Amino acid sequence: MNTFATAQVIWWLLLGVLLIGLAVMVGMDMGVGAILRYVGRTDVERRVALNIIGPHWDGNQVWFILGGGAIFAAFPLIYATAFSGFYVVMLLLLWTMIMRPIGFEYRSRIDNPAWRNVWDWALVVSGAVPMIIFGAAFGNLFHGVPFHFDWDMTSYYTGSFLALLNPFAVMAGVLSLSLSAMMGSLTVMNGAEGALFQRARALAQVAGLVAMALFAMGGFWVHALPGYQLLSVPGLGVPQTPLQQTVGVGGTWLQNFGAHPLLWLVPLLGFAGMLGAVLAARAARSHLGWWLGAGAWIGVIGSAGAALFPFMLPSSSDPSMSLTVWNSSSSELTLLWMIGFAAVFVPLILWYTSWAFWVMRGKVSEERVVNDEHAY
Amino acid sequence: MINGTVVDLSRIQFAATALYHFLFVPLTLGLSFLLAAMETVYVTTGKPIYKQMAMFWSRLFMINFALGVATGLTMEFQFGTNWSFYSSFVGDIFGAPLAIEGLMAFFMESTFIGLMVFGWQRLSKGQHLAVTWLVALGSNLSALWILVANGFMQNPRGAAFDPITMRMHLTSFQQLIFSPDAQSKFVHTSIAGYVTGAAFVAGVSAFYMLRKRHMDLAKRSFRIAVLFGVLATIGVVTLGDALGFVDAKAQPTKLAAMEGLWRSEPAPMPFNVIAIPEQAEQRNLDAVQVPAVLSLLVTHSLTGTVPAIDTLEKRAERRIENGIPAVEALKALSHDPQDASAMAQFDAHKADLGYGFLVQRYAPRLTQVTPAEIQRAAKDTIPPVAAVFWSFRVMVGLGLLMLAFFVLATLYSLRDRIQKKTWILKVAVWMIPVPFLADEAGWLVAELGRQPWTVYGVLPTWMSASTHSVGYMAFSLIGFVALYSIFIAVEMYLMVRAIRLGPPEHGGGGAEHSRPTLAPRPVPAAPYGTKLEG
Repeated sequence: MNTFATAQVIWWLLLGVLLIGLAVMVGMDMGVGAILRYVGRTDVERRVALNIIGPHWDGNQVWFILGGGAIFAAFPLIYATAFSGFYVVMLLLLWTMIMRPIGFEYRSRIDNPAWRNVWDWALVVSGAVPMIIFGAAFGNLFHGVPFHFDWDMTSYYTGSFLALLNPFAVMAGVLSLSLSAMMGSLTVMNGAEGALFQRARALAQVAGLVAMALFAMGGFWVHALPGYQLLSVPGLGVPQTPLQQTVGVGGTWLQNFGAHPLLWLVPLLGFAGMLGAVLAARAARSHLGWWLGAGAWIGVIGSAGAALFPFMLPSSSDPSMSLTVWNSSSSELTLLWMIGFAAVFVPLILWYTSWAFWVMRGKVSEERVVNDEHAY
Repeated sequence: MINGTVVDLSRIQFAATALYHFLFVPLTLGLSFLLAAMETVYVTTGKPIYKQMAMFWSRLFMINFALGVATGLTMEFQFGTNWSFYSSFVGDIFGAPLAIEGLMAFFMESTFIGLMVFGWQRLSKGQHLAVTWLVALGSNLSALWILVANGFMQNPRGAAFDPITMRMHLTSFQQLIFSPDAQSKFVHTSIAGYVTGAAFVAGVSAFYMLRKRHMDLAKRSFRIAVLFGVLATIGVVTLGDALGFVDAKAQPTKLAAMEGLWRSEPAPMPFNVIAIPEQAEQRNLDAVQVPAVLSLLVTHSLTGTVPAIDTLEKRAERRIENGIPAVEALKALSHDPQDASAMAQFDAHKADLGYGFLVQRYAPRLTQVTPAEIQRAAKDTIPPVAAVFWSFRVMVGLGLLMLAFFVLATLYSLRDRIQKKTWILKVAVWMIPVPFLADEAGWLVAELGRQPWTVYGVLPTWMSASTHSVGYMAFSLIGFVALYSIFIAVEMYLMVRAIRLGPPEHGGGGAEHSRPTLAPRPVPAAPYGTKLEG
């Protein structure tokens, strides 16, 4: 592989890292939002739950923003095609996501049950819907998405909104929601005591078991979906467009696993993480469970990536126009500069994020929430 | 080809959501520095009033910040959802500063903002001060990278079009980030944010002084704000002048529109103070002129000239003629990337590729393009003159108004007589919206003045949009209008309410505005909301 191809693969891996960061960090906040009305029965309980993630949700959300920015910078064709193709879904994702900052910030500013009730529902919706969409978008990649390009690379999406809600995608969406509910529950356990802790503990186990069942189901189901193969390309590490390749459809998406059996460790990590997180929740070891849950996310997203590689956005209406690591990336110069920036700043981000969590460590008490005028 | 209505709807949506987002960003930029300044005074002098100030203004800051973050998400989505051709065409260059913004700036700002709000009891004085400064630094670095991206749209440097991949690719990262347009616009825009923050703090403080409430906090806040404001306003005017100087070279059509300059004239050129530009007739129906001032303003000499619209249209016609063979060659290359003669033709004409795209709007196949079609496309290269001309004058006029206000307010404030000058205090309250209006007008000058291009001289706006249906675009626009209207109503309500409530004045005495500690305290009987009023 030449430098360009290596840079493309590195960015594919980095994108995986950012997506896992998004799933873990945004996923846990979304999970707390989604389960807010279940685990928190009183206003004070809900405020405790919100204040557990209160100092962190803002920083965590940047994983999402950075994920979007990184796709834009490293794989502009994927960013352009996916964001415009999934139009209505993207709007749903956006409209629910923009309720979140406002929900967190404004909910507790007025002491009125109706006001808080509205924002609680907004937080539930803005927690659950984006995680379903996030998973469903991944699920759709296995079916392919109906798009093609003009001579000048104008993209056309020819599918409907409802086609994106096919059964496999819905399953992937619920898997993503249950994993984030599990992580949200573990996060609440980390910071809460008493009844709140116990409800979160029960929910973490249920959500984890549901996630395991769905992940297993997806593993069997994927055998029934036809996979894609690159038949001819201008070459690896050569600047190219999707108009210059041919793609065949047949077999399954598991060929990479057949060729490299060690890859089976990735889904295994997913199962082990989920099972471990469930057991840890049972044993009330929520911090351990959180880390195991993060491992589960690595396994789940890693499995999907490993199955699809080198495809990133397969086209169902014209498979030869599918977007791959090789044909949709930025130029070598951009990729190299961005690798440099990521190499410096991703470790820095992990360092100060860890510091922020360490500073705010410990349980959030009901008294503190009620007395602190800055609390949510 | 993309439907013209879809392009118009996409533009309306972008302008509406960007202008809305830009209501919150400048205040974040300015207020974050003022918070850091107040806290610095607290840490160096140890006077608790400054801590109380930092904490009070940070409550207002957070109300504003939440909407800034929320509406910023929209902007990041929108390039992909509504401007997919633009995104794939220049993503190689444009995406990089956006991603770096996340990596370097927004992550820092957002992570430390959590500690700034929640960390008062957990961090030492020095640590908390560092955190507040990092928030301010993060928000300003954020603006830097966004404006580097915008600078590329205004003056595309460090990039070239690749006929094999059919998109632009980066040729020099240094040229991209050290673009003079990006640099001067970054300073101009972030300082405009400082002015916005200063006017906000001064106005709210004046409101308290007029009502004789929180006098100590209000007087001190007012003084910091107007000092900051006077320096910032001088900076914003200076950098605005520098930006005009840069624009005169890089974007002559924008400058000609800003000045309502229809016909070329010899130096020294007169300046239109006010005028009524009429695009169809290509003249000003009426104008008040000052001789020689335009040459001085934009070229900083009496002998300099800038091209007027008549000259610029002629230039555009020649570039369109030269650009047509480039687009034709590109079509041949898309069918056969090995076509050597097409590549040679492309290389000979590539400098004007964008102008070839421009005429495709009227002659999609580019066979036998008529002179009338070329003239029409050349007329398109002139932005809407009246809108740009007046946005510019509104921005400059409000800027000078603020300068006068801040100078006066600073003089009285430093002599400690401000609380007696009720007329200045009343003016100060009315000055709160002024910088917001100037900010919005500035956005309009920059972005309307760039038309008809998304990337100046390279990619026309009409090609840049996604291939959606009119129905989709109407649906999303209605959705945004509905959602954003609710948001602004809620935000204004909470902001006004928080201002009316004012800073908490409980405690007093030795416990200097005591913070709750980690140790459990009895839950007060009064509910949360009423505690503030006590």
